Amino acid sequence: MPKVKPHRTNPSLDMTPMVDLAFLLVTFFMLTTKFAAEEVVVVDTPSSTSDIKLPESNIIRLLVDKDKRVFFGFESDKAKGLLLDKIAAKYSLSFDAKQKKNFGNLNSFGVPVQQLGSLLSMSTEQRKKVTQGGIPIDSLNNQLIDWVMEARKANQEAIAKPTFIAIKGDNNADVATVKKVIQILQDKNINRFNLITDLENKPVVSR
Amino acid sequence: MAEIQQSSGGDKGGKKRAKKMSTRIDMTPMVDLAFLLLTFFILTASFNKPNVMQLTMPVKEKNPEEQTVLKASDAFTILMSENDKLYYYEGLLDKDVKPELKLSNYSADGIRKVLLARQRQNPKTVILIKPDDKSNYKNMVDILDEMNITNQTKYALVDVSKADEELIKSSGL
Repeated sequence: MPKVKPHRTNPSLDMTPMVDLAFLLVTFFMLTTKFAAEEVVVVDTPSSTSDIKLPESNIIRLLVDKDKRVFFGFESDKAKGLLLDKIAAKYSLSFDAKQKKNFGNLNSFGVPVQQLGSLLSMSTEQRKKVTQGGIPIDSLNNQLIDWVMEARKANQEAIAKPTFIAIKGDNNADVATVKKVIQILQDKNINRFNLITDLENKPVVSR
Repeated sequence: MAEIQQSSGGDKGGKKRAKKMSTRIDMTPMVDLAFLLLTFFILTASFNKPNVMQLTMPVKEKNPEEQTVLKASDAFTILMSENDKLYYYEGLLDKDVKPELKLSNYSADGIRKVLLARQRQNPKTVILIKPDDKSNYKNMVDILDEMNITNQTKYALVDVSKADEELIKSSGL
């Protein structure tokens, strides 16, 4: 009588469910991820223990770098075009369709409004090479407040939601410039700010 | 590989059969790729959400006379200077009153202990933060952060005055 041999099976694994799951997650993360757009300048933010997250959209970002320059960034897809129209009307400038499109892709910038047109005509590569001098914040030529006020108005018209004002300052930015920016906004009764910081663990405080 | 190739045993002497080709596809590279992408997107998704710190400045009073006057016993002033230096004094600086200026730092044993001690002593303390033009933004965030850590209820960012600067100079700290 022959010996009964156990039936040999290939130890194969069905990976289909795993692949399904993995791709489901990939799709989910691909759709939800928002890439950090490149900033014009490197701003190394200080850290704080605050764990409030920055809202997703409707933010006016004011960057202050270590060379006392101020940059303006606006995150609102719908109101961005409107903002450019308003600024163009205010300073009696005109922007063509290509420049408007580029403005929509622009994350932040720091040039006087008179030079904005030529900045917007450049390609992305060219724009990286240009050193931007910052938005004028002198009392005589204060373009920053116009940008902020018009951005708030534009956002209100486009989606009827308030904007947040976030100040992103460099570790070595000087307080005088930051205070000046705050002062400018306070003159227009804007008293609430968000300071963008990195996360740091909250220490335990004994009382 | 998910499938382990097995040497087909027990076909010695048997009739040679045409080998049956398996229709199974090796999915391992696909899984590899999927998880690589997954890792990438997970990492980028969680890393680019910045944190914010709320800062509410006091509403500007139209007529300065209507503002309430701060009592000297409740006042606590922090002066921030260059090279991460930090000074503090209790009370208010006046023409005839020269409070004692003390040197501190931003570490956990520095200003935080002082603030907590002061808070226990007088819960009504109002902290005046005076950043010098020579101090940097990091100092400002650090000190505002200390306010949050020690749960201070009343604090304000104030401009540094001439008298404060002279106090630092004369103290020799």
